[in-house]
Amino acid sequence: MAVRKNQANLTATEKRNFVNALLELKRTGVYDGFVRTHNEFIMSDRDDSDRVGHRSPSFLPWHRRFLIQFEQELQKVDSSVTLPYWDWTADRTAGASIFGADFMGGNGRSRDAQVTTGPFAYSTGKWNINVSVDNRPFLQREIGASGTLPTRAQVDAVLAMPVYDTAPWNSASEGSFRNYLEGWRGAGRVHNSVHVWMGGQMATGVSPNDPVFWLHHAHIDKLWSDWQRMHPSSAYLPAAGTADVVDLNDTMRPWNNVTPAQMLNHSTYYTYA
Amino acid sequence: MSSNVSRRVVLRGTAAAAAGVALLATGARAADHTGHTMDHTGHDGHGTGPMAFDEVYKGRRIVGKPATSGHEAHHGGFAVTIDGQELHVMQNADGTWISVVNHYQVFDQPLALTRAAVDALRGATLVPIAMN
Repeated sequence: MAVRKNQANLTATEKRNFVNALLELKRTGVYDGFVRTHNEFIMSDRDDSDRVGHRSPSFLPWHRRFLIQFEQELQKVDSSVTLPYWDWTADRTAGASIFGADFMGGNGRSRDAQVTTGPFAYSTGKWNINVSVDNRPFLQREIGASGTLPTRAQVDAVLAMPVYDTAPWNSASEGSFRNYLEGWRGAGRVHNSVHVWMGGQMATGVSPNDPVFWLHHAHIDKLWSDWQRMHPSSAYLPAAGTADVVDLNDTMRPWNNVTPAQMLNHSTYYTYA
Repeated sequence: MSSNVSRRVVLRGTAAAAAGVALLATGARAADHTGHTMDHTGHDGHGTGPMAFDEVYKGRRIVGKPATSGHEAHHGGFAVTIDGQELHVMQNADGTWISVVNHYQVFDQPLALTRAAVDALRGATLVPIAMN
């Protein structure tokens, strides 16, 4: 059984194995396929039409499935690797160990936001940005230049919300755990503001270009799991018959063979340490 | 700058200020604003369509206007270019805007959104992203 760990608790060997698996998926082109898929969904998911990956109830099961698929690709390279998660309520500065040269690398330099330290620096020749919205081939970050990280209190306020999601099942949903966690509503703007805080590609539609994407979403996925434990009688919504939205037993693109119902319990795939 | 002042400037800039009320209902701010330098960032709340613009910002020609063809038109949308290259933008249900460059941060108007994209691009050129 795969165990997903807090990145702050990884050993040096675990960090190295995770980084090496990322670099191998990058080398073979598998990695960029995930970037492309994410961007296609983020550009096509709309509040007033069909929406699957974002701004909709299936934001959480879609990303759970997306991360499982990515984790399985990592494990084809190194079966010992699992996705770590980044608890940004605890590790919340550019000086945190997650941004060390032995792991995710540091902030971008001031001149062009280019990341110049760590395994994903352009100068290594191993991390070219190929799926992009502009013509810059290097990973960028502007940590903390825009927005602020959510606080633990803001996350707790979202976890206390008992209703999974509400009509109109989009970025305007009020009283919705999903929408407040995703961050289109609420004081913390939880998931969204972490993307903004990182800057660079993480703030864009091609955000998986930054490997921090996976650690961020693994934490969002864990918060969904935490919420389920706190609200055992709260179900995924909507249940059925909703236009433009993935109901509980509808299949999700791009896989077309998996439903939110099949993603509610992660423990057949992995557990959280 | 007060809201009233900026609203007068907007109306004076339209071709048909006398029809201002009707125009506001159908997108008066799509009128030509080229050549004036008022900052309309955050100037919203009239309940009308987004404000069109055509200006040079940090050396980049940025144009935003209601979409009449192409991808955005299918969504009743608004098209933005930076130096002639399309910036993919999207309106949220609450009227705020995002772009593919700032996809997790909302802006009240496409102009502020586009300027933020220019800031993030630091001179880089937008490239089209193939959609399946």
